[in-house]
Amino acid sequence: MPVQTLSHQERHPEQHREMDDRVIFGFWVYLMTDCVLFASLFAVYAVLHNNTFGGLPSSTLFNLPNVLVETLLLLTSSFTCGLAMLAAHRNDKNMTLTWFAVTLILGATFLGLELREFHQLVADGNSWQRSGFLSSFFTLVGTHGLHIATGILWGALMLLEVTRRGLTSINLRRLSTFSLFWHFLDIVWIFIFSFVYLMGAR
Amino acid sequence: MENQPYIDTAHLTPPTTGPAHGTLRSYSIGFCLSLLLTIIPYLVVVNHVQMGTALVVTILGVAVVQLVVQLLFFLHLGREEKPYWNLFVFLFAAMVIGILVIGSLWIMHNLNYNMTPAEMNARMLDQAE
Repeated sequence: MPVQTLSHQERHPEQHREMDDRVIFGFWVYLMTDCVLFASLFAVYAVLHNNTFGGLPSSTLFNLPNVLVETLLLLTSSFTCGLAMLAAHRNDKNMTLTWFAVTLILGATFLGLELREFHQLVADGNSWQRSGFLSSFFTLVGTHGLHIATGILWGALMLLEVTRRGLTSINLRRLSTFSLFWHFLDIVWIFIFSFVYLMGAR
Repeated sequence: MENQPYIDTAHLTPPTTGPAHGTLRSYSIGFCLSLLLTIIPYLVVVNHVQMGTALVVTILGVAVVQLVVQLLFFLHLGREEKPYWNLFVFLFAAMVIGILVIGSLWIMHNLNYNMTPAEMNARMLDQAE
């Protein structure tokens, strides 16, 4: 176990440790229920993905290079989020802020690319109203995008909070839950990348 | 002396992982493996290296390996102290997800299979109107 360097934690290490454990366990349980939400949307997509109602099938619809860039952006942001947490546990405020800012910029770029893809699809007449396939596609990928947008907002507020109050034990706990959330979204995206885009492109 | 009360109550609360942190090494290994596991299936699909069932198995297999890599190296699952609450919750969620996804696909497949061609045509005409 790395040594906690915060003075406040040194005074009540047991109490803080226990509280951290409980909060993080609770957040982990939330993430697992969110997993079930995504699993239902994946199941809906799996059932409906051939129901194109005479529209274009997934093999001609998706722009794979764009999706690969999105995936690499999100993967890198997950890595920089880990680097930010390492800096936070070293009590290195500047590096924490830098790596979290990089994480959020990568996340925002990902979201921008995704919205551009959505806009392109809708502009070409392939909106969610076109077919069962597209409804389930937009619901699944859009729900993930909404999570990412929430994460960016949360992360931005955390940046302000850490800038103002520093790496207090409460902020450290919040950053830990944020990093869990971010890694989790990356894992969900891996499945969207594999099942929706790669399987759809064959 | 200050710690005494906490030691007394320690057994009443479930000890869980706590903020299990990784090291620079574990994050870097996880990142490199994830990059590989993203680019390999992408190249396989784009270059049409495999077709049909083999391709599905490859994509599925690589996705599951990547899931395990990220759970171990990014989320540090299983590195908590006993009694592994996070791991148990994860395994339970995995079971629910398995029932949900496999069950849905199974039921819907059977529905399609049991529908007669006449019913299918009637449905499609209804939808077209």
